[in-house]
Amino acid sequence: MDKNVDISLTINGEKVTGRVEARTNLVDFLRYDVGLTGSHVGCEHGVCGACTVRVDGRIVRGCLMAAAQADGADVWTIEGVTETGEMKPLQEAFVERNALQCGFCTPGMLLTIAELMERKPDASRDEIREFISGNYCRCTGYQAIVDAVEMARKGTGKSTGAKGDSA
Amino acid sequence: MKPAPYGYARAATLDDVFSLLAEHGEDAKILAGGQSLMATLNMRLSEPEVLIDINRIDGLAGIQDTGDTIRIGAMTRHVDVEESDVIATHAPLITAAMEHVAHPAIRNRGTFGGSIAFADPAAEMPACAVALGATMHIAGKGGTRDIPATDFFKGLYETAIGEGEILTAVSVPKITAGWKSGFMELARRHGDYAIIGLCAHLQVSDGKFGDGSLVFFNAGDRPVSAPLTAALLNGQNWSDELSEKLSASLKDELDPPDDLNADGPMRKHLAGVLVKRTLAPMAGA
Repeated sequence: MDKNVDISLTINGEKVTGRVEARTNLVDFLRYDVGLTGSHVGCEHGVCGACTVRVDGRIVRGCLMAAAQADGADVWTIEGVTETGEMKPLQEAFVERNALQCGFCTPGMLLTIAELMERKPDASRDEIREFISGNYCRCTGYQAIVDAVEMARKGTGKSTGAKGDSA
Repeated sequence: MKPAPYGYARAATLDDVFSLLAEHGEDAKILAGGQSLMATLNMRLSEPEVLIDINRIDGLAGIQDTGDTIRIGAMTRHVDVEESDVIATHAPLITAAMEHVAHPAIRNRGTFGGSIAFADPAAEMPACAVALGATMHIAGKGGTRDIPATDFFKGLYETAIGEGEILTAVSVPKITAGWKSGFMELARRHGDYAIIGLCAHLQVSDGKFGDGSLVFFNAGDRPVSAPLTAALLNGQNWSDELSEKLSASLKDELDPPDDLNADGPMRKHLAGVLVKRTLAPMAGA
């Protein structure tokens, strides 16, 4: 059986075609074939969340999906959603609240939180923690990340002019 | 790590699956949501020759109300089960359990049938299926057959699915008046596999228990029912005395394994804790 697969998909709004080894994971295809290195590779078994990308409107683990399976899919990475500006308030809140240090988890964290804000816009702090429980951050202790989510949600970040509370 | 090279076949129909399984036999693995399989491939715990991708077969996904039961297609994603009003109304045990299945990104991709067919003894869905008395629908070249959940799980990652066969759907009986479901698991971190967990499905009227089942997960090599302990509930109201009796009975009835998270005696103790925390609210106590 052929161990290579032709694929055609949309990445960050642009049509991309390629021929991949069947065993290539989506995140490796994005990083090595397409050159989008914003999605990171951590544990490679679905635990750390660093490889989180958006496929057909939902976040998935880029390490637990073969690139071959993304044929025909609509894929968005941190580069694409940064360019469209859809999560600018969240990204600014991350900066303002020091919700990142090394930044390795940040792309996956942002995409996960964007889905949380869409699906559970009124999530409590506990629910925010629960939703991001599949995204490891080894720097912040999560407190600042939850703060940033609340800030972005309330629109109290710099981009909206107001100063955030420090609760 | 990266997976060993494998071939990839995208099945369009169940007949494609049967032919590919006939051709490749044990060298082939079915790829549903992939949330367990891809991880084991990445770690090279498994090195199949061929993956048979069933994601594009029409009719394998979806939740149907069939009268007395709810039929859940094998390819139904966890997230769709989690958000289903039909499931919440007629099989609330599954809705309660679903938020404990890994993390949102995994539930977006993982499938109900995949979780059942993989038969991880620490997973929530197999235990729910046993507690609710679900029926598994299996298809092969020769036709289809139905297997009760209690006969489906044969051991560690082992099921009644035979060579050349595939799980196509699971039918879950609707909860009826006078029955209640309770779910709880103890995990070190939300979304991790539980140290031990409990699915309770019981008759309760005016705070008095009747028939029903207590099924534990991560308490053996498959979902573990505790019928002797469940029988002690019959005709009883909740009380501290009953709680102690149940805990003592579980220590005799369960034989959970030791692992890095907990040893057997700790799991037995936690089984009693789970029963207390789950059943007291079910009785309204």
